Amino acid sequence: MQDDRADIAKGGASVRLDNVTFRYGSMEMLFDLTVEGSAIAAIIGPSGSGKSTLLNLVAGFEKAESGRVWIGGKDVTLLPPSRRAVSMVFQDNNLFAHLDVFSNVGLGRRPDLKLSSADEDAVSSAIAKVGLAGKEKRRPEALSGGERQRVALARTLVRNSPVLLLDEAFASLGPALRHEMLDLIGDLRDETGMTVIMVTHHPDDALRLSSMLFFLEEGHIAASGPAEQMLSPDGPPLLRKYLGSQESEV
Amino acid sequence: MPFRARQLSGILALVLLSLLAGGALMGLVFEVLGGVGGFTGFDSYIWRIARFTLLQASLSTLLSVILALPLARALHARPDFPGRSMILRLFALPLALPALVAVLGITSIYGRNGLLAAGMAYLGMHQIPDIYGLTGILLAHIFFNLPLATRLILASLDTIPEDYWKLAAQLGMSEPTRFRLIEWPAILRNLPGIAGLIFMLCVTSFTVVLTLGGGPRATTLEVAIYQALHFDFDIARAVALTLLQLALTLAILAFLGLAGRPTEEGQTFRTTTRRFDDPERATRLFGSVLIACGFLFVAAPIAGTVVSGASADFGRLLFEPVVWRAIMTSICLGAAAAFLSVLLALALVSSREHVATARGYGPARPLERVLDLGASLILVVPPIVIGAGWFILSRHYVDPFSLAPVMVVAVNAAMAVPFAFRVLRPAWDTMAARNNRLCAQLGIAGWTRFRLIDWPGLKRSLGAAFAFAMALSLGDLGTIALFGNDTVQTLPYLLLQRMGSYRTADAAGLALILGILCMGLMMLADRAQGDADAGR
Repeated sequence: MQDDRADIAKGGASVRLDNVTFRYGSMEMLFDLTVEGSAIAAIIGPSGSGKSTLLNLVAGFEKAESGRVWIGGKDVTLLPPSRRAVSMVFQDNNLFAHLDVFSNVGLGRRPDLKLSSADEDAVSSAIAKVGLAGKEKRRPEALSGGERQRVALARTLVRNSPVLLLDEAFASLGPALRHEMLDLIGDLRDETGMTVIMVTHHPDDALRLSSMLFFLEEGHIAASGPAEQMLSPDGPPLLRKYLGSQESEV
Repeated sequence: MPFRARQLSGILALVLLSLLAGGALMGLVFEVLGGVGGFTGFDSYIWRIARFTLLQASLSTLLSVILALPLARALHARPDFPGRSMILRLFALPLALPALVAVLGITSIYGRNGLLAAGMAYLGMHQIPDIYGLTGILLAHIFFNLPLATRLILASLDTIPEDYWKLAAQLGMSEPTRFRLIEWPAILRNLPGIAGLIFMLCVTSFTVVLTLGGGPRATTLEVAIYQALHFDFDIARAVALTLLQLALTLAILAFLGLAGRPTEEGQTFRTTTRRFDDPERATRLFGSVLIACGFLFVAAPIAGTVVSGASADFGRLLFEPVVWRAIMTSICLGAAAAFLSVLLALALVSSREHVATARGYGPARPLERVLDLGASLILVVPPIVIGAGWFILSRHYVDPFSLAPVMVVAVNAAMAVPFAFRVLRPAWDTMAARNNRLCAQLGIAGWTRFRLIDWPGLKRSLGAAFAFAMALSLGDLGTIALFGNDTVQTLPYLLLQRMGSYRTADAAGLALILGILCMGLMMLADRAQGDADAGR
């Protein structure tokens, strides 16, 4: 299983959805996008516009009805999730509640937890990198929301996947913590060169990490471009309207 | 109802329930403290029965749970299995079926003249299967509890968040690792509760042991109590047995209190959890075979009841006055018990809510806790113990058999209170939370409030509780077995008599009638409950 992922060069892998279609209920979705290797892409849009579905198609939790999914120049359309070179972090339930921090991270290296001493070193250094050194033996219940997401990030580090998918991973954190986590993502990206695709409710997330912005509406990409440009006063009217309505909602 | 009255009604219900249970215990205490019949202590016969009671309950629990584990896993892994929701509905049936009906169904498959014997004879094997004794008891208990355990374990598996399955798929966990890291911890949380519940059901199982035990070798405490009172009139022994049974149930309940009760809350027949793994073909095939076996094991005896019941001579059976009298007696006693039960439960629920609302966010007052406990009082003192206690106490003053109707109604009503309470409480509490302030503002109170506000919202839940309670008491054999006689016979009592005199076809026909009555009521209850939930 590791083999399939090893032949992708270390660092970031590009992600491409080539005319991928998917039907959810009565909604027909069509995605066509490319995220370059080591780039950061932010996906925003109203709820129900297909943001999470897009990530699920990349991760392999959903199967494309037509079109191809490419990761790092390799056609993964038919591969199961475990053989795709991606790691995904969800909003909740990233950690197994009955396992401690070390084991939860260790699962990323060996899914049966039979860790060699090299594996253990990798796990320890990943935990240190996300700033949780000394908390290896804690259970998830003894961690704050931000710390739990850090553990999930540590696991993606030991997995060494060239693509990181964040499915509203920081949505339940307060603004300060969210910014802290985004900065950590930025640092980790700079260090490993991994490609990051994140679904978010907060457009300013996209500005904090200079990134490509994809705006989704009703199952397709309605607008895309560099975040600074898209979110500026002369960005696409479509996006202005969404942001305006979102602000008045809050 | 004015506020005072509501508090009072709950206390009154509590008093009635404690009188029923307490009176029985008093009867026992008087005997022990030098009553007429006397208490002679525990002899080796009694210890042997106690040992067998524990043995059969342990084995039944162990086998039910061990067989349910792979079955529940297979069902969970295959949300798209054809007929899955139908199978889960079928699995809810055995516990709703009167035990006597189920026993007849089981003999129609595994008994001397059953399907299995016929099949073996056809293949040239001429051993006649003998299910009487431990084998039959285990078979019947597994028939009741395997589906229950499967449903409860499945409910535990359904609590696993979908994200875990996504993670497992992404990390590439193997089948054994998935079981060890994901499924087992979820199952283990509820397993002590599930096992405890099944153990309790098997320790207090009366009908199965009475009909399939087949003799003194395989007798449990409850059946021995019945025999001591009904046949031997050996009061001393009955007292000793009853005390032992009471101690045993108390011990199990204490354990259950520690282990926590398993819940099926939020369980639907349709799983919403998606699994993101593609199991291997061998795993899928094994799962399918398991599910098919489980289905057959549960469906065959139920089908057997229908088939052998349908071949009974209904032309003659339905012209016997005694049959009609038994049907009418059952319906009247059942309806009376159900009415009393719903009334008691409603009193408990409404006064509990009243006390709870009055305290606001403060800690629960003792009265509120007592009202909660009162609903499940009957679980502490098994119906047979209550029946035996009153039988022993009343014999000093009246002919115990003349108390049959009163005792059947009272004990069956008390038996159904915990279930009626569970149906009514959420409905009542929701109504109260929604309407209390508005009613206070508009000055709607007392009987007007019940008629205009509470009754329209509650009637479906009340109907469900009534039908459920009536089905429970229709199928009950315990109390009527103790108090039944030639003048008061219910359907289960008549059925037992016909079985005892080897009129098997008659018994099968009566079982079908009883089964249809109970199932009809259960379906009504289910529908009313569904409507009530949808309306909320």
